[in-house]
Amino acid sequence: MKDRYFLLLACLGLLTLVLFILSLLTGPASLCVSDSLHALLTGRGDAIVLVMREIRLPRALLGVLIGASLGLSGAVLQGYLRNPLAEPGLLGISASASLGAVIAIYTGLSLVFPLALPLMALAGAVIAVFIVQMLAGKGAGVLTIILAGVAVSSLAGAMTSLALNLSPNPFAAMEVVYWMLGSLTDRSMLHVQLAAPFILIGWVLLFSLGRSLDALTLGSDAAASMGVSIKRVQWLAILGTAASVGASTAVSGAIGFVGLIIPHLLRPLVGSQPSKLLPVSALGGASIILAADILVRIIAPGRDLKLGVLTAIVGAPFFLWLVFRTRRTAL
Amino acid sequence: MSLLHVSDLQVSLGTKKVLNGIGLAVEKGEFIGLIGPNGAGKSTLLKTILGLIASSGNIILNGRPSSSLSLLERARLAAYLPQEREIGWAISVERLIMLGRIPHKGAFAAIDPHDLLVVDAAMRRMDVEAFRHRSAQELSGGEKARVLIARAMAQEAPLLLADEPTAGLDPAHQIGLMQSFAQMAKESSTVIASMHDLGLAARWCTRLVLIHNGQIVADGAPKIVLTRANLHQVFGVEVYLEATAQGLIVQPVAMTDSKNG
Repeated sequence: MKDRYFLLLACLGLLTLVLFILSLLTGPASLCVSDSLHALLTGRGDAIVLVMREIRLPRALLGVLIGASLGLSGAVLQGYLRNPLAEPGLLGISASASLGAVIAIYTGLSLVFPLALPLMALAGAVIAVFIVQMLAGKGAGVLTIILAGVAVSSLAGAMTSLALNLSPNPFAAMEVVYWMLGSLTDRSMLHVQLAAPFILIGWVLLFSLGRSLDALTLGSDAAASMGVSIKRVQWLAILGTAASVGASTAVSGAIGFVGLIIPHLLRPLVGSQPSKLLPVSALGGASIILAADILVRIIAPGRDLKLGVLTAIVGAPFFLWLVFRTRRTAL
Repeated sequence: MSLLHVSDLQVSLGTKKVLNGIGLAVEKGEFIGLIGPNGAGKSTLLKTILGLIASSGNIILNGRPSSSLSLLERARLAAYLPQEREIGWAISVERLIMLGRIPHKGAFAAIDPHDLLVVDAAMRRMDVEAFRHRSAQELSGGEKARVLIARAMAQEAPLLLADEPTAGLDPAHQIGLMQSFAQMAKESSTVIASMHDLGLAARWCTRLVLIHNGQIVADGAPKIVLTRANLHQVFGVEVYLEATAQGLIVQPVAMTDSKNG
């Protein structure tokens, strides 16, 4: 049983590594494999180094960071809310981060100062957390938190629509819409440096919840009687998601369905134990985002197909299939 | 020193006083049945003892005020079986029971041989070994209940608080459970169980506590608590009562007239 789990971890780890390397090797500039890897590692070879280190490496790194954040936070939220339909977007964090970014684009701040966009998005995520926490109150039930998240999501969505509605020119509106579709194109090392600290802190918070989530399988009263502080779990789950997914949304835009589907897909493989689901979901999420980001470059080179569009196109039918399967087993 | 000492316990939910001046001293080795009609405050009392519900008054667990205990310290002193038989994920029976070991483990400690021993013993006690590898969600209601009781036993706390543990069990497993609790009370853990089956309570518990409208109406040996007058007043039922060689037989037979019309 234990061996099988480690085997699964190793396979997913290997898959992530392979996809990471493939991502480094994919792009419009046709470079040969040995040259590009050589340039990446040694830093010798002028133009190739630039392509590898400044364009492809940040893109691949962000793929890993963002994918893992989505998978991990999805697994934590499903465990915490004891609901297989929970996902990072549910808490209103993605929508609020998007709103922050939209305001940065709308006001023209992002033109003056490029990092204003991710910074405003992060601020949006932080504000969402405080509103959700405030609405939910201390020691809130699962339902209250979901409702608070839905309320914050709707409000942020409405404000985003308002910004689009009142957009001073079609180009700003276009930029907002494109940004919201979610993409890793043209992100720099600066984006990695900005997002990575938040994402890593978020991971630490989320990973620390493993055992508490196991106990929560039996409900919050039973978990509390086993020494789990429900209030602490609530804070860590929400803050960890805000830090990791907020920072992810800040640099990539909203990418849906990964946080919902990855934990779902992997749960049966770990015997449904919430703590064991965390690391595999992180690796699974990283693999999916890397794979999707490779695909958008292969399917439509030059057309800038958005990553978030691809995950939604593949994710939504898959989700339908899951619902269908659940319905069949429930009957 | 009592294992649990409760005095002047008050709990209000909203404007309603759910517990009003509860006082209770529980000694090691007791098997206490908590009886009373629906809404009397049995579940609330159990949750309050565990610190899950805010209260005023004193709760002293193993000589220390409950409020001064950390969550983990409390978890090592008192295990709890909630009335809702919630199992969120399709984890195996064995893993579910292993969850009871959480309060005894460091943050990253692996399962050790002692844990396995404790879990095996709990499984034997509740007769669930046969489906140890099955998903806990696929079990029948009574099987789930037995698995969850085994989980609480695996916590190895000196005090076990069980909310309607016999609900949903077949007669053989009801008696088996009561025997296990009586045995545990003799050997290691004190048990407080809320229950509705007066017959089982009378036969197996060493002491009964009768609660009505948030107050303790009677407290003592079964034959002292289960009197016609008490049952008439609190439950509004007429009972058939007989002391036999196997203990007290209690069988409610009819509602009293005042309740009927």
